[in-house]
This record gives sequence, structure tokens and C-alpha cells, in this order.
Amino acid sequence: MRKSHASTRRRFLGLAGSAAAIGMVPVVSLRPAGATPETMAAAIRNVVGTATVQTGKVKLDVPPLVENGNTVPMTVSVTSPMTEEDYVKSIHVFNEKNPQPNIGNFYLGPKAGRAQVSTRIRLADSQKIIAIARLSDGSFWSVSADVVVTLAACTEEVI
Amino acid sequence: MASALINVPKKAKRGEIIEIKTLMSHIMETGYRHTAAGQLVPRDIITSFTCRFNGAEIFRADLFPAIAANPFVTFFTIANESGKFDFEWIGDNGFTETASAAISVE
Amino acid sequence: MKSAGTIVAVALLIAAGIAIAPLAATEIPPAERRSGYSFMAPDTKAIQDDDTANPGMLWVLDGEALWNSKAGATGNACADCHNDARASMKGVAARYPAYDKALARPVNLEQRINLCRTRQQQATPFAFESRDLLALTAFVAEQSRGAAIAPEATAELAPFVAKGRDFFMRRQGQLNLGCTNCHDDNWDKHLAGSAVTQALPTGYPIYRLEWQSLGSLQRRLRNCITGMRAQNYDYGAPELVELELYLMTRARGMPIETPAVRP
Repeated sequence: MRKSHASTRRRFLGLAGSAAAIGMVPVVSLRPAGATPETMAAAIRNVVGTATVQTGKVKLDVPPLVENGNTVPMTVSVTSPMTEEDYVKSIHVFNEKNPQPNIGNFYLGPKAGRAQVSTRIRLADSQKIIAIARLSDGSFWSVSADVVVTLAACTEEVI
Repeated sequence: MASALINVPKKAKRGEIIEIKTLMSHIMETGYRHTAAGQLVPRDIITSFTCRFNGAEIFRADLFPAIAANPFVTFFTIANESGKFDFEWIGDNGFTETASAAISVE
Repeated sequence: MKSAGTIVAVALLIAAGIAIAPLAATEIPPAERRSGYSFMAPDTKAIQDDDTANPGMLWVLDGEALWNSKAGATGNACADCHNDARASMKGVAARYPAYDKALARPVNLEQRINLCRTRQQQATPFAFESRDLLALTAFVAEQSRGAAIAPEATAELAPFVAKGRDFFMRRQGQLNLGCTNCHDDNWDKHLAGSAVTQALPTGYPIYRLEWQSLGSLQRRLRNCITGMRAQNYDYGAPELVELELYLMTRARGMPIETPAVRP
């Protein structure tokens, strides 16, 4: 049910895009050069270095279909006892199609009690988001999520 | 005029894990948008958010243009003693704002 | 160029299931009215449900500060005349736009605040859509949260309600659409990714995710008029106030949600 809904919307996005391109409604382009899967990989390397990133432990909650890409609620949580011996040091979130690959870095410690952060993000387009957690033992864990972003039906004129 | 909205429980039991929610007024201008005349709108974002408890850092975040306007950040901490949370937002063009909240731990 | 654009736009409407049918003008029965809130995804509802997560509350906080700050030649703050807004402003926003005797026409809440500034405080009016005007409006309207929308049903206002209704029903613009074609006849459908709602202004000023800011009902109306490819009106134009007034009569009895969150 959700699947057919999403594919229908994507068709509308195509149409809406062509309407904008024709110049009926002036829109501010939110996507100049843009990040790519490659620049995202480079941004991830900046954080993890040469360490191996394993899949698991991290949970990324984002709506699969967002109502507006300008404000997307996001929660990242990591399975961890959060003790002095075993805790999450930081959480890093990346995207592959915004103008730049970084979304946010969050630094916590054993006193957090729970390894969970929430914020609201911007997504210029439907794309993949990756969250990576650095644990106190030096290991890295990750998860990814695909988000479909719909466009608003009526855009405003540029200010 | 910049407002902050902080939600910290006024009271907690010793050892309780509490959630802290923060909202800060800020446009978070990405630096990637253009005006109708084609001029680039310069970047104006909050780049750093820090929370300290009784002077010691307990949470910090680096923010990028992909964080939505009026940044909303929530996180957790263990309430071990009574004291004061100090929040600090630092950003482009010399932006700096602070807020604080007290907690009483029984 | 223009016609190609119109064809694409019309194709978009047809694809969205919005029939280009003769004007039906079937108003929504009271029992079927739904706030824009009910059309939102759970994640968006959650932002409105929690005052400590709702960015609109930042404007309310600013508005409270403005309420208590002295302004104009008289050096009076709003609070110096109206005291505690929690008591004096309760239910006020639910009655706006309201009739102003001196102007002999309805004014909306933003205009009332500015009239208070110029007439009582002898201060300069705030610009439409400025942070200060939105903040003070949001603070005043928030005092009516939960109050039933109740525009005055007087003989003085009746002709202005009728003009607003005429605007709502009249086809206009390059797409030849009336507000009613979407908001009465097709409110259970979608336009691109957006739900077509019933145009019941229960929570203004709203924090719109698209805007990443608080904005007035007139900003939203101007947004819609641009979408219809129709001639727009300046902020504060009588046509927009009359439309606001008609929309509030459609929403009569529904609770105020200010500051609401919308996609």
C-alpha cells in the first residue's frame, strides 16, 4: 500500500519539477554542486580513519516518507550499557545528496545514561542517510536509512 | 532577540536517566541559497552546541547547514546530584547565546 | 512558454485527481470539518503536540517579552493597559478579524495590534510578517488556545463575509481555479505530495516546516494565490482580510491551536 503510494508521488515530483523548470514559479535551487556517495564516503573516512565500520547496534529513526524536506525529525540511538567501561563516545550522521555530506556530530559520554539523540534535519532530495557510532573500545558501528522527500505543491515566490 | 526553550525536569531521583530538550531561535541559513537576483545568501548557522553540568561538559554537538532552522536537539543524562545545566550555542557572525536550568536531585 | 507551463500545471492537477469540473460550491458540512492537524503525518503532529518541541513557541516567548516592553511616545507597554494577557487576551483571537468602527471595516489580529500601537502607544506599526508582529500576534493568539472560533455575526460584518465568500468561490488566475475547487470539493485528495486540506485557519500564526518559520494566514493565502497563478494582493489588503474573515466563519466552533505546526 505504502509502496504504490510512494511511487505515485515520485511521478508527481517529476511533473512538479518540469513545471518549475519551465519557469512558471521561480524557485530557489537548494541543490548546487551537491554531495555524492563519494564525498559522503570521504566525510565518513575523516571520522573513522582506516577503522572498519560494522553494521549493527545503531538505530536511525526517520520517517520513510517525509512531508517536508526542510524539517525532518530524526532520532539516533545506540545499543550500549553506557558504563564507564563501555559507552558511546560519539554519533555522526551523513547524507549523500545535500550540498555537503555532514549533518551533525554528537559527543556523549558514560554520564549520558542512554545513547540517544534527536534533532531535525534538512534533506534536499530523496536520499540515503548514514549514522555511525564510535564506541569507547574504538569500534565503529553504522546503520543507513532511505528517505523519500516530497515537494510542496505550491512554492512561494523568491523573496 | 533570540529565544531558547529548554526542557529539563525540575526534580529527579538520584540515578534517574532524564531527557533534556533544547530549541534555539536561529535561521540556519545554509550558504547555498540564492536571491531572485542571483546573489548568494551568505552562510549564517550555529556551528556548536554544548551542555555542561556543574561546569563539566556532558554533551556537545557540531551542527552543519543540514540542521533545520531553529535547531532542536535532545539528549539524555543521569541525574546524580543537584546542580545547574549551562547551555551554549556558538555560530557564524559572532553568534553566541547561553541559557541555564537547575535541577534538584533527591 | 506560458501555455506550455499551464498545460504541465493542469496535467499536475489532473494527475492529482483534482477534476477541472464546473464550479460545484458544495460547502463542507459542519460534522465533516477537520483541522489541518488531522491531515498531518504522526511525526509532524508530534512537533505540535509538545510545547517544548514546537518551534512556534519561540515566537510566543518573544511575544510575551514584547507584551511587557514599553513602546512609543506614551512609553506604555501592552501590559500597562491590558494587564495579564492570560486573562485579558483569552478568547480574543477567536473573534478576529473583527469590525473596527473608525475604519468601518474588519481588521485582522495583526492589524489590530498595529492599530493599538499607532492609536494608543503612539508607536510605529510593525511591518507585516516581521518577527515582532508575528511574535506579538502568536503570543496574543496563544491565549485563546482551545477557545472555539467565534467571529462576530453582526450586520456590520455581514457584507465583508459575503465578499470573502465570493473571493473563495470565484475562479481566477491562469489555472482558472477558485479556492473552493480544492478546499471544498477535493479536500480528501493530494496535490503533488501535499494533502489538500479544508482551509480552516485554526492555528495561525503557524510554524510551517516549509517556511522553517512562523508565518501569518495572509502569507499562506498569498502562497495559495501564487499557486493558482492569480494576481496577488499586498499584505493587509481588504480582499485578504475579507477572505480571512470568511475562512474564520467556516471554522466557527473549532478550537484555536496557535501556534500550530503545518508541513
